Amino acid sequence: MGAYRSIGRRVILRTALGAAAAVLGAGVFAGPAAADGTVTVASWGGSYQKAQSLALFGPAAKAMGITVKEETYGGMSDVRLKVKAGAVAWDIVSSGSGSAARAAAEGLLEKLDFSVIDVSTFYPTLKTDYCVGSDVFSTVLAWNTATYGDNGPKSWADFWDVKKFPGKRAYRAGVAGALEPALMADGVPADKVYEVLSSEGGIKRAVDKIRELKPHIAVWWKSGAQHAQLMKDGEVDMTTGWNGRFDVAAKDGAKVAYTFNQALLDYDCFAIPKGAPNKDLAMKFIAEMSKPKIQANLPLHITYGPTNKKAYELGTIDDKLARAMPSHPDNAKLQLPIDLDWYAKYEQAAAAMYQDMLTE
Amino acid sequence: MTAVDLEPNADDLRRQGDRERWAMLGLASPAVLTVLVIMVLPVGWLFYLSFIGESGGFSLENYGRMLESKAYGRIFWTTFEVSFLTTGICVLLGYPLAYFFAQLPRRAAAVCMLTVLLPFWTSLLVRTYAWLVLLQRKGLVNTWAIDLGLWDEPLALVHNMTGTLIGMVHIMLPFLVLPLYGAMKAISGDYVRAAANLGAGPTAAFWGVFFPLSLPGLFAGSLIVFVLCLGFFVTPAVLGGGRVIMVSMQITTNIELFFNWGAASALGVVLLAITLGILFAASRLLRLDAVLGGGH
Repeated sequence: MGAYRSIGRRVILRTALGAAAAVLGAGVFAGPAAADGTVTVASWGGSYQKAQSLALFGPAAKAMGITVKEETYGGMSDVRLKVKAGAVAWDIVSSGSGSAARAAAEGLLEKLDFSVIDVSTFYPTLKTDYCVGSDVFSTVLAWNTATYGDNGPKSWADFWDVKKFPGKRAYRAGVAGALEPALMADGVPADKVYEVLSSEGGIKRAVDKIRELKPHIAVWWKSGAQHAQLMKDGEVDMTTGWNGRFDVAAKDGAKVAYTFNQALLDYDCFAIPKGAPNKDLAMKFIAEMSKPKIQANLPLHITYGPTNKKAYELGTIDDKLARAMPSHPDNAKLQLPIDLDWYAKYEQAAAAMYQDMLTE
Repeated sequence: MTAVDLEPNADDLRRQGDRERWAMLGLASPAVLTVLVIMVLPVGWLFYLSFIGESGGFSLENYGRMLESKAYGRIFWTTFEVSFLTTGICVLLGYPLAYFFAQLPRRAAAVCMLTVLLPFWTSLLVRTYAWLVLLQRKGLVNTWAIDLGLWDEPLALVHNMTGTLIGMVHIMLPFLVLPLYGAMKAISGDYVRAAANLGAGPTAAFWGVFFPLSLPGLFAGSLIVFVLCLGFFVTPAVLGGGRVIMVSMQITTNIELFFNWGAASALGVVLLAITLGILFAASRLLRLDAVLGGGH
């Protein structure tokens, strides 16, 4: 599983960096001054980065006449290490929206310059001052079509209804994206979910709802690869998960379908680590990658949608593909956008309560 | 007069002794330095980090969190529960196996030993996922058992404690059998024959003579298994289905959740302290000094 490999790599990297910094002094690493016109981008590797490379990095670099150097990394904890050691070698990192928000709060990221990056035709919720959306994905309800036939569950209330839809469930082991479905199943309208979660006792209400379903949750998943495999093997009949993974599994012959109804609209984004060696060029590179023309390439390589609404109007994405995208207007309007401010404020407290429920 | 005569000699001896000690130290220094650099320094660093709070200053919040939340206590409990159970099952399965191997002629024993060693040489990740394939709801075990009419509904064999224990026992068994087999082979057959000669039946000879003599090997193997279990990550993460949460898994969760190494390293420090405590208690109770080579 990719997750374990990347953890290993991360640990090795950290140890190596730590030892090197201790022996040589951090200054030695402070920016291997890149040649003019080179930006270094770090992302998650695998099929995801391959798609980014083909759809975003390559075409944007070509349009600007610069060179892009790609690296893989293990997430914002790597960025923290580099920033704290004064040894930032990456100009841009590709991140999940939530961890980017927390990294920004910690002061690890440069503020983005929206006079350079044109976000006027972006979905307004898909950017912050520190991280601009690169692709849109959804946390959806997926079910086994062999178990439920054409009459699959359609809402979180159905996911919780073990009488109408008997069968084993899988749910996320971490708190991110786990509380919102529970509240919707408990009857809270989508647009009130974060209001309730921010109120006294809101988190507990959601956790209690999951506690209620717990006897039917056979597996708590940790990665996208895992929830895709669970559906492919028929280990569970229903799960939450990231839409792109189920599309890949279905292409592989898995009996799986999903709905965008009440799904959580989330996004990955590009950020600039504090002290990036080529900050200005990085800003321009992000601006280039955010243009509709470049954004429209992404769905051809992975089933994640563009963050720039205008990308749909260019004809690159045919109608059928467009309708499969989480950010297609018809799909987006069914969904609840993830509220990063809520996560910045409450995630650690919510995670503690979630962990409490998990270990009971 | 004699003292005057001996003095140069004594000086020589002392110098020679000093030289020898320095040479020994020189020879040992690569190992000592390695242990220092890859073991003592990082552990010390972790210990230091565990007292650094979210604000960056000295704080006990990383330890306070463990007391506040009931989850941490349960996670430590699960860690020791899994480790004890795995060790116990390994002893029950491994002792008869090692005893059987020890009775075989050398060539046959070598062949049988391969059945233990081959899995031992196979990647841990491969073996863990193999168990997942075998034990899952529509896996081979459930499918075949239902086809044969052994049970009607698929049993929950994995993504729980059962699956975790099956996987861990499989991975840990060689660590018990190998030292135990070594210890049993070192017990001279004369002792058991002497017991028989003095009138002991096979059962009495085994329990009265052979078993006590094999105990140091059994303790050594159990200890290795138990300590390895405490830090296990992959097998419970894959086969536990998120229901079996061990300390090592919580450490990675904390690294991702808190932007602060201390939150994770405090867990490591507590686990290390408890483990050392258990080893100390065990060494008192079971006279492990004999096992570890210092005694008698």
